[in-house]
Amino acid sequence: MSISRRKFLGWIGAAGMGTALGTSAKAASNKAFTGYPDSMGVLHDTVLCVGCRTCEAACSKVNELPPPEKPFTDLSVLDTKRRTAVEAYTVVNKYEHAGKQGKPVFVKKQCNHCLEPACASACFVKAFAKSKEGAVTYDPSVCVGCRYCMVACPFNIPSYEYDSAFSPRVVKCTMCHPRILEGKVPGCVEACPKEALTFGKREDLLKIARERIQKYPDRYADHIYGEHEMGGTSWLYLSGTAFGNIGMREDLGVKPAPELTAGALGAVPIVVGLWPVLLTGIYAMSRRKEKIAAEEKEQAVAAAVAEIEAKADKKLADVRAKAEKDLAKAEKDKEAAVKREVQKALGEAAAKHEEKAKTETEEES
Amino acid sequence: MSRHDTALYRKELYTPFNLVAGIILIIGCVITVLRFTKGLGTVTHLDDNYPWGIWIGFDLLAGVALAAGGYVTSSAVYIFGMKRYHSAVRPAILTGFLGYALVVFALNYDVGRPWRLPYPFIMQQGTTSLLFEVAACVALYLTVLFIEFTPAALEWLGLRRARNIVTKLTMLLTIFGVVLSTLHQSSLGALFLLAPSKLHPLWYSGYLPVFFFVSSIIAGLSMVIFESTLSHHYFADKMDKTHLEEKEGVALGFAKAASLVLAGYFAIKLIGIAVDNNWHWLATGYGLWFLAELLGFVALPSLLYAVGVREKNLTLIKWTSGMTVFGIILNRLNICLIAFNWHLPYAEKYFPHWMEIGISVFILTIGVLVFRFIVTRMPVLYEHPDYKDTHH
Repeated sequence: MSISRRKFLGWIGAAGMGTALGTSAKAASNKAFTGYPDSMGVLHDTVLCVGCRTCEAACSKVNELPPPEKPFTDLSVLDTKRRTAVEAYTVVNKYEHAGKQGKPVFVKKQCNHCLEPACASACFVKAFAKSKEGAVTYDPSVCVGCRYCMVACPFNIPSYEYDSAFSPRVVKCTMCHPRILEGKVPGCVEACPKEALTFGKREDLLKIARERIQKYPDRYADHIYGEHEMGGTSWLYLSGTAFGNIGMREDLGVKPAPELTAGALGAVPIVVGLWPVLLTGIYAMSRRKEKIAAEEKEQAVAAAVAEIEAKADKKLADVRAKAEKDLAKAEKDKEAAVKREVQKALGEAAAKHEEKAKTETEEES
Repeated sequence: MSRHDTALYRKELYTPFNLVAGIILIIGCVITVLRFTKGLGTVTHLDDNYPWGIWIGFDLLAGVALAAGGYVTSSAVYIFGMKRYHSAVRPAILTGFLGYALVVFALNYDVGRPWRLPYPFIMQQGTTSLLFEVAACVALYLTVLFIEFTPAALEWLGLRRARNIVTKLTMLLTIFGVVLSTLHQSSLGALFLLAPSKLHPLWYSGYLPVFFFVSSIIAGLSMVIFESTLSHHYFADKMDKTHLEEKEGVALGFAKAASLVLAGYFAIKLIGIAVDNNWHWLATGYGLWFLAELLGFVALPSLLYAVGVREKNLTLIKWTSGMTVFGIILNRLNICLIAFNWHLPYAEKYFPHWMEIGISVFILTIGVLVFRFIVTRMPVLYEHPDYKDTHH
């Protein structure tokens, strides 16, 4: 099969247009995504939380996790700081003296279900998705296990089944997505005896949170954690103290994760488009330089050869002229010699004749 | 083969080098079995805070940077027309090809389900991920390097026609190689753009992709010098007259280039600090460590290379190339491990399990052995007599 240049360029163009039209780079546009409308979330009011770990027990039960070493009723577990793990999708941590009058504060930790999740942005096989109900879901059937999602998560939530050789998964809170689809509330929210957890539409939860702050300004810090952090999360938090005091980072910024890499991803088509042009240009220039150098060399060689040839010709001509001159001279000499010899011979002959005549005269007399 | 020859061959096989390599291979195989039957937890110290260890920090990040010699050398010779470095192309392509092949090999140990490595291409394309870009470019570039290397193998096998067809593609492959290398070398740095809250501000920068790309050029240039030094030490008998004659010029030219690029890299690293106004971090513990990397393994080698070139001091250049390579490895380990999770208390930080180091050494050993197998057989360090002056 032969491919004409025109055909080839046509294909390349079509491929380029296909790439350009196929997807829209939301992160690079000026539209902000503020979450799916009517998506659900949970408000965690840490002021109301008493650290009973009932939510942990409920989570374990709903997700059929292995029972922990110490029972959920053992509150001494709270004395060490914990993070989410393979066997615990949610943990409650205690922060001594962080509350009013030096009381401890309890904070429940689980996946915050970002509006624009870092894990989903990081996954190269789209195993994570933000559902319209609000949960960030994970599909273990495609997961390769690169764990970039864990590197990406600003809240240090996903955990990995390192001890599984054949089917390790990333695990994290699912916001009980299957239960939400059934019309139920998440296990932890249902179990909470103190209403420290409220399940509802994220928009409504924000209103509730604002109301509480307004109503009890001395009880709450004027900050709803998760409203804007990392572009916003479906889990929202209220606190009586600065969130930095209860183990929640306040330096995450309000930029959603995909924006952090949008610039680098945007550079890809430019590199693909520009590099070949520049490099071919440089190649053409170096080829041209080589060609000119070769031509100049050729010219110089030709000039040198011509010069040498001219010199040689002149020399040859000189030699020839000289030779001719010599030859002429030699011929002249030869002629002269012959002449001389002839004259000599003639002279001798004349002398002889004279002598002979003389003798004859003497004899006659 | 007569009995005498066999005995001689056996005797040649039992060198100290081969014995050590053999032991490493056996240990590596045992760890491999453990890894794939018991899981990552048994052989690594990876945890939920440190999902990436030395298999990513060293084998992937440093490995890819150090394999940059292929695109650096081939673009210098074929695109920029620096024909006097021609004898450096094949060893550099071979080192690059083996480097990338081993990176992919190492990834099979690191990812949880390696048999799914093609999933990002065949199942669902996660195009919002820089890791997707890395995966796509590494896969394509490995193919490019393979094709770029085939002429040596085809000459060895005596397949003249196939070899001539492949050499016609040289220009195309070189340009494609530069495009792919630019993309994935920079993307490896861009991977960490997603984690501003975890990577120390001195190492985190919006310029991370640029830093990674520029430092890959340094790594490539230095590796060519470094590899050439080692090759000359062990395989001098395999080198032809051209290679030996050009060797010094290659070292001097590449050292000069490396000195300049290091100086540029130093400058943009400073710009990186200035842009984010991170000067105050320099006075901290991490700051001192950052300065050790920047002054000791960027500024100093730049200076030493320059001195080495001016005084034509090849020994200095050799040592500097080793030092530069070490500096690049240090940089990648800093970003991936040491300055990563800098908020975590020391007790929760990661230190590799001996078996993780074992696998890295195992993979490196495989690379050296395959390199030796190839250069002692194929026309890499010399030109095949049948193809002299065809210049490919």
